[in-house]
Amino acid sequence: MNIQDMILTLQKHWSDQGCLLMQAYDTEKGAGTMSPMTLLKSLGPEPWNVAYVEPSRRPADGRYGQNPNRLYQHHQFQVIMKPSPDNIQELYLDSLKALGIDPNKHDIRFVEDNWENPTLGAAGLGWEVWLDGMEITQFTYFQQIGGLEARPVSAEITYGLERLASYIQDKENVFELEWTDGVTVGDIFMQPEYEHSTYTFEESDEDMLFQLFSTYEKEAERIMEKGLVFPAYDYVLKCSHTFNLLDAKGVISVTERTGYISRVRNLARKIAKTYVEERERLGFPMLKKEDENHE
Amino acid sequence: MSNTVLFELGVEELPARFINDALQQLESKTKAWFENQRIPFDDVKGFATPRRLAVQVTEVAEKQPDIEEEAKGPAKKIALDDQGEWTKAAIGFSKGQGKDVDDIYFKEIKGTEYVHVNKFIEGESTANLLKEFRSVFLDLTFAKNMRWGSYDLRYARPIRWMVALFGEEVIPFSIENISTGRTTFGHRFLGEEVALHSAAEYEDVLKQQSIIPSLNERKNNIHEQLLHLEKEKQWNLVIDDDLLNEVTNLVELPTVFTGAFNEEFLEIPEEALITSMKEHQRYFPVRSTDGDLLPFFVGVRNGDDRHLDTVARGNEKVLKARLKDAQFFYEEDQKGSIDEKLEKLTRMVYQEELGTLADKVQRIKAITGKVSDWLELDDKEKAQAQRAAEICKFDLVTQMVDEFTELQGVMGEKYARLFGEDEAVAVAINEHYMPRHANGEVPSSKVGAIVSIADKMDTIVGSIAIGIIPTGSQDPYGLRRQALGILQTLNTLGWSLPVEQIIDLVHNFYVELSLPTRSKEEVNKDLHEFFNLRAAYLLREEQVDPDVVDAVLVNGINVYSTTLEKAKLLVEKRQDETFKPIQEALGRVLNLAEKAETDEVDPELFENETEAELYSTFTAMHEPYVAALENEDPVKALEILSELSSPIHEFFDQTMVMAEDVKVKNNRLGLLKSIAYDIKKYADFNAIEWKQQF
Repeated sequence: MNIQDMILTLQKHWSDQGCLLMQAYDTEKGAGTMSPMTLLKSLGPEPWNVAYVEPSRRPADGRYGQNPNRLYQHHQFQVIMKPSPDNIQELYLDSLKALGIDPNKHDIRFVEDNWENPTLGAAGLGWEVWLDGMEITQFTYFQQIGGLEARPVSAEITYGLERLASYIQDKENVFELEWTDGVTVGDIFMQPEYEHSTYTFEESDEDMLFQLFSTYEKEAERIMEKGLVFPAYDYVLKCSHTFNLLDAKGVISVTERTGYISRVRNLARKIAKTYVEERERLGFPMLKKEDENHE
Repeated sequence: MSNTVLFELGVEELPARFINDALQQLESKTKAWFENQRIPFDDVKGFATPRRLAVQVTEVAEKQPDIEEEAKGPAKKIALDDQGEWTKAAIGFSKGQGKDVDDIYFKEIKGTEYVHVNKFIEGESTANLLKEFRSVFLDLTFAKNMRWGSYDLRYARPIRWMVALFGEEVIPFSIENISTGRTTFGHRFLGEEVALHSAAEYEDVLKQQSIIPSLNERKNNIHEQLLHLEKEKQWNLVIDDDLLNEVTNLVELPTVFTGAFNEEFLEIPEEALITSMKEHQRYFPVRSTDGDLLPFFVGVRNGDDRHLDTVARGNEKVLKARLKDAQFFYEEDQKGSIDEKLEKLTRMVYQEELGTLADKVQRIKAITGKVSDWLELDDKEKAQAQRAAEICKFDLVTQMVDEFTELQGVMGEKYARLFGEDEAVAVAINEHYMPRHANGEVPSSKVGAIVSIADKMDTIVGSIAIGIIPTGSQDPYGLRRQALGILQTLNTLGWSLPVEQIIDLVHNFYVELSLPTRSKEEVNKDLHEFFNLRAAYLLREEQVDPDVVDAVLVNGINVYSTTLEKAKLLVEKRQDETFKPIQEALGRVLNLAEKAETDEVDPELFENETEAELYSTFTAMHEPYVAALENEDPVKALEILSELSSPIHEFFDQTMVMAEDVKVKNNRLGLLKSIAYDIKKYADFNAIEWKQQF
C-alpha cells in the first residue's frame, strides 16, 4: 500500500468513527500535537474528535537526505478523541487491520511510554505501539495541557507515516517509499531535505533568527493581552520553530536555552488559560451542540 | 460448605514495571481483607498479565462464623423489684442484647450476682460481604496514575472489565462505569470474549484462550524456552533477571523467536550492541559457549508460534536500523579530537545554578589535584590524574552516549584509547562513574578512584549547597549512592584520608568561587550530617549495632576504614566481661568531665596518691596513644587507653571529686577533662550499651 492510500484509508477509518477530517495546520511545527486542533481543542470540557496529516519539522534531524531513517520533515497522522472512548484501543487496532496488517500474523504490543513536552506544559501517559519490534504509533492519554489538567481526557494517536510505510512496503530507505505507485518519497522530498539541511546547518542567518524570535515573542505577548488566542498561539509556534532552527545550528548557549524554553512555556500557559476562559464565555458551544444531537 | 472466589480486573496494558509489585499487593491485601472480614478461606492465589490482575481465593466459607458471647447486665437487686418481677432495667438490658427476659440467668462476680444473657451473633453471609471487595482493587498503589475518558478515578491504566464470582454466582459491584460480571477476555488476538461458568475454572479457561495468567508460570515458561534454545543452538544466552521479568510482563502468551544481524556490526563495541538489544528492543543477546558475542538475538513474542518468521524478520529489520545508527555514531565520534569535544562541554548545562559541565570539570580537576597531593602520588600518577579529570566527561558529547546514556564512561574509555590517551587515563574515565549502582564495584585504579571521589564530592557539595537534599524516598540525583561510593572507595583502597577533609576542601572551593550556596554554616552542617548518616548506614550494613555506631561517630567519620575497624572492635569487646570495667571507667570520666570548666591541672594541688597516679599514667600514655590513632591503629590505641582503667577506678574510690575546696575540685575536674579529651578521640563510651550476658 502506498502512502497516499494509507492516508486515505486512515482518514476513512477515523471519519467513520466520527472524527472531523482537518487539513495540516499552516504554520511550521515539530509535531501534530502542536497544531491548535490538538493542543487548544484538547483543553476544556467540549468534546472534540479529529484526524489529520501533519508535516512535522525537526531541523536537528535533517541529514541532507543521506540517512535512510532520519528526516528534516516527516509526516504524522494524528487522531484526537475527547473524551477518550472506552474502546479506543480496539478502534486503533481496527485501523491497523484496515491498513492490511493482520494482528494474528504479527506481534503487536503496547509498551509503556509516557510523553512530556515541557515547552508546552503538556504531559500524558500511554504507550508506544510495537509492530514486530518497531515503534509505529505513539498512544497517549493527555493528563495536562498548557499547565492545566486535561478533563475530560483526550486520547491522542500519532502514527509515524514513514515508519509504518517502511514496514508495509518492506523498504529500508525512507526515500524509496512509494507515495503513489511510481512516485517515491525521494522524488518529492529529496531536494527539500537537502536544501533545508543546508539552510539549517550552514546558511541560516542567526542574527535574523534571534531577532525573529523576540519579534514573534513580543507579538504573541501583545495580542495575548487582547484575548486573541489563536493568533497569539500562531506566534508561539513560530517562536518554537525559530528556536529549533537556532538550536540545530548549535548557537544557543546553556543559559539562553533554559531561558527560551521557559519563555515559550509561560506563553503557552497563558494561552491555554485564556483559551478555556474564552470558550467558557462563549458557553462552550460544542458541548451544547452535543446535547442537541443527543435529543 | 465452601466455594471458590474469583476477582479479575481487566485493564489496558499495564506498564511492565508495575506488574510484579501489583501482584504482591493484590495477594497480601486480599488476604488481609478476608481476615478482617472474618471470612474463613484456604488459600489466595494471584494472577497478573499486562491486561489483567486477578485473585482466586479457595475454600471460602459461605458465611462468617457465628459468635456466641456472654453479656453482663445490672446487678440482681436492680434487675428484680420487691415482688420479684423484672424491672425496666432488666427488660431494657435484654432487649438491648436482642434477647428476652426469659434468656436471663445470674452469675456471681466478686460476691454480687449479676444479670447475664448469652448473646449470639450470627455470621453474615459471605456473598453479601464480598460486594465490598472493590476497595481492595482501589487500594492498590502504582508509581503513576492517570485519568481517562470523563471519569474521576485515577488508576495505573483504564479499567475495561471486571469479573467477580463466588462459586457460580456473580458478586455485584462496580467501579466507575464498569460493573462486575462473568465475562472475561482472552488473548487480544488469539482469544475471544468468554463467559466463565464458575470461579474455579478461571485458569483453565484462560489457558484455552491462549493466556498464561500466572506470572511465575509465564516467567518459567520463557526461561525454559530460552534454555531449550541454548541447548539446541549451542549458545550461551545472556539471561538477565530484570529483562526476563520485563518480557514476562509484556506478554500474555510467550513464544521465543530468534533473529540475526550482519556480522559487520560486531565491530561496534559490544556494550553498545547489548544495550541496543536489551534496553531498546528487549532482546536477549547471544554469546558463543566461549563467551564471544554472536550476531544473533532472541526475542519473546506475545502470541503463538504461527507466522513466527514474519515476526522475526520484522524485528531483524528494526535492529538493523538501530545498529546502523550505532555504527554511524561510532564512526562519527572518532572524528575530530578530544579537545574539540571538550569545547562542547562549555555549552552543556550541568545544573542551572552550578554552571556548565566544563565548569564542573574545572572543579573536578582542582579537587583531584589536592587529593593527589594528600595521597602523595608520584609525578607520573599526578599527571595521569589531572588528564583523567580533564577529559572524564568528554564522551558526554559523543553521539553514542547521546543515544545510549548508560554507556557514559564505557565509551569514554574506548574512545580515549582510540585517541591515544594513556591506558591509566582511559581506564579512569570509565572507573570514575563507579560504583554504578548500590553495592556495585568501586574503582580499582588509584587514578580512577581519585577522579571518582572528586566528581562525586563535587556533585554532593554542589547539590546540598543549592538546597537539593535527599529526603525520604526522594533522591533524584542519587546523592546517597554517591556518598556511599566515596566511603566504600576510600575504604577499599585503604586510604587514610578523613572524609571531612575532602568535604571541607570542596565546600571551600564553592565559597571561594562564589558559587551560589546557602549560608556556609548551614551547608556545612547539612553536609556533615548527610555524610554521618551515610556512614552510619554503611556501619549498620557491616552488622555494627546502632549504639556502637553512635559511639564511634561522635566526632564525625574521619578515616572511614579506621572508624569501621574501631566499631567492629567495640562490638567484639562488648561481649567480653573483662572490658566492662574499662568501659565504666572511661564512661565515668566522660560524664564528670562535662562539669569541668578548664582542662588545667596543677600537680601541686593533688591531695592523694591516686590523683598523682592517674595523672602520671595519663601523661605517660598520651603520646603513644595519639601516635597509635594517627597510625590508624585502633587496636593499639584501645590497649593504651585501657591502661587508664585501674588508675581511674582507684581514683574514684579514693577521691571525692567535688571537694569543698574549689581549687582542689577544679583541679580534679581539669584532670578528668584532659583525659576525657583523649578518650573522646576514640569513641563516646557512654553511648555503648552493655550487653547483658545471660
